[in-house]
Amino acid sequence: MEKFTTLTGIAAPMPLINIDTDMILPKQFLKTIKRSGLGVSAFFEMRYDTDGNENPDFVLNKPAYREAQILVAGDNFGTGSSREHAPWALLDFGIRCVISTSFADIFYNNCFKNGILPVVVTPEQLELLMSDAEKGANARISIDLEAQTVMSSDGAVVEFDIDPFRKHCLLNGLDDIGLSLEKSDAIDAFESQADVARPWV
Amino acid sequence: MVAKTLYDKIWDAHVVNTSDDGMSLLYIDRHFVHEVTSPQAFEGLAMAGRKVRAPEKTVVVPDHNVPTTWDRVNGIENEEGRIQVEALHANVKAFNLPNYYEMNDIRQGIVHIVGPEQGWTLPGMTIVCGDSHTPTHGAFGALAHGIGTSEVEHVLATQTLIQKKAKNMKVEVTGQLRPGVTAKDIALHVIGVTGTGGGTGHVIEYCGEVIEGLSMEGRMTICNLAIEGGARAGMIAPDQTTFDYVRGRTHAPKGAMWEAALTWWKTLRSDEGGHFDKVFEIDAADIAPVVTWGTSPEDVLPITGAVPAPEDFEGGKVAAAERSLDYMGLEPGTPLQEIEIDAVFLGSCTNGRIEDLRAAAAVLKGRRISDRLSTAIVVPGSGLVRLQAEEEGLAEIFKEAGFEWRLAGCSMCLGMNPDQLGPEVRCASTSNRNFEGRQGRGSRTHLMSPAMAAAAAVTGRLTDVRELSELEAAE
Repeated sequence: MEKFTTLTGIAAPMPLINIDTDMILPKQFLKTIKRSGLGVSAFFEMRYDTDGNENPDFVLNKPAYREAQILVAGDNFGTGSSREHAPWALLDFGIRCVISTSFADIFYNNCFKNGILPVVVTPEQLELLMSDAEKGANARISIDLEAQTVMSSDGAVVEFDIDPFRKHCLLNGLDDIGLSLEKSDAIDAFESQADVARPWV
Repeated sequence: MVAKTLYDKIWDAHVVNTSDDGMSLLYIDRHFVHEVTSPQAFEGLAMAGRKVRAPEKTVVVPDHNVPTTWDRVNGIENEEGRIQVEALHANVKAFNLPNYYEMNDIRQGIVHIVGPEQGWTLPGMTIVCGDSHTPTHGAFGALAHGIGTSEVEHVLATQTLIQKKAKNMKVEVTGQLRPGVTAKDIALHVIGVTGTGGGTGHVIEYCGEVIEGLSMEGRMTICNLAIEGGARAGMIAPDQTTFDYVRGRTHAPKGAMWEAALTWWKTLRSDEGGHFDKVFEIDAADIAPVVTWGTSPEDVLPITGAVPAPEDFEGGKVAAAERSLDYMGLEPGTPLQEIEIDAVFLGSCTNGRIEDLRAAAAVLKGRRISDRLSTAIVVPGSGLVRLQAEEEGLAEIFKEAGFEWRLAGCSMCLGMNPDQLGPEVRCASTSNRNFEGRQGRGSRTHLMSPAMAAAAAVTGRLTDVRELSELEAAE
């Protein structure tokens, strides 16, 4: 997994609430057995018309936002399915950070496994960052994970919370399976004890 | 002793260790695996030279991609779908996974229906699957939730998950259910109250006399939809109804082991004074047969209502409602019962169990579906549900009414298989999500109970199942 330390980039505004996983990546793209190559299909049904032409009104098709690395999105982003294909598609498009007032649990977890930082802010902070994102490509937002800050293009600083463990993994690009396997002895011990307590499992 | 909730008890029984930063390693008792969210996980294991830690606790079944037409014995025509199902098969062999139900095994079906049916799902377990509707298993008093593919790989390798404990939320449904109101109506009504993000960061315990009065099938429908309220999991304390359902199932404990299990299962109830961070009290008298009108499961209204206007909402919901109405092709103020439909789908992990099929068949018996319908399919949740429905004569009722009788799978709930709807095709559906494009690009989904979907099939429009008999008398 790629590390996430700092990022300065174009932020695309997506004020719609409840942007669901089927919007982020529709089901026809879940048939892949790979993780790569999904960026072109991200937001497929909003991004392309039925003939496959780009919809010029969709934010990521606008010249200012084609290189966006950050999404500033309405409440409850990523609601719905467990499909990790959704963050894979965002990452493949080039998105490394999503900012919203809340995220669906599974999507939120999935982001951390893929080097994407989901940032939770207050409604007031979202409004500030949304208006900043709406200014276009010249307005770059900066994120500093170590400092846990987002800075708008005009220098306003927003602080955010994050679990120390997830932060640590993201900052260092750590594979958490490797970390858990280091605890194999504890897992062995748990299993022996559980085999006695609940032998029917 | 500290008073604990049901969630607290199951959580505490499964913590391997907790770090100073508050993250816990949680042991997983059952891991359900299907073909869509597992190939990259198995690939990751193989590339790292890791093996599956507990093959005997891993249960594998293809469901999302499988066709539901009777010709599937000849294989899967769609190449990508076939490759995914073949990859699952290859991974089962490569990693020596013994608990595997192939596409043409009679026990195959939707993973969340097969698990309980085979007795893999038991009270007090931790259960995960790379599928967001895993909370279904919470109906047994298990802690069950969906995970992404990286976490699937983590569980395969370690039989644990790194978790931060969620908050406790209680949804208590009291009073008496009104006629025509089913578990699906309760679940959708609750989401209408809490909102689709209302459960975020929480595990919901559903309780109260109405919940206790539900069958296991009904309880599974309720917990299945916990995720649509944003919750990590939904659960219901196990009781005699649960034990009666589990007893005798293939993988349920037997003899002395059963007695030992039962002793522990009976302790799995929230203690008096257990702490809930959020509490919702719902009066059953307020719940009507409901349908959804929009593109979020929270867009719920009683069937007697009318399509709302964006101005009826506040904040971000105004723009969302505007977009939903445009997508759904609906005008504010239209009575819901005047909305004509083109398709009906009966099935899914939400409503593909025997009780659901009985409820729909009870409405359809002696009736014909509307000529308006271009599609009307019944997809049993598992091969065994199908067999039982055939033995009970339900299949005949569906066929005589004009429905197609299919083989088990996820089918039109998510359109990853050939069962999909075309643009602007409006569907009365017993599934769980009405998202844009969910059942096919541009298709329009109205969620409802099996009885309501059957009623809609008969009239060709959204219909109050309670009025169906009166309507026919008047005609």
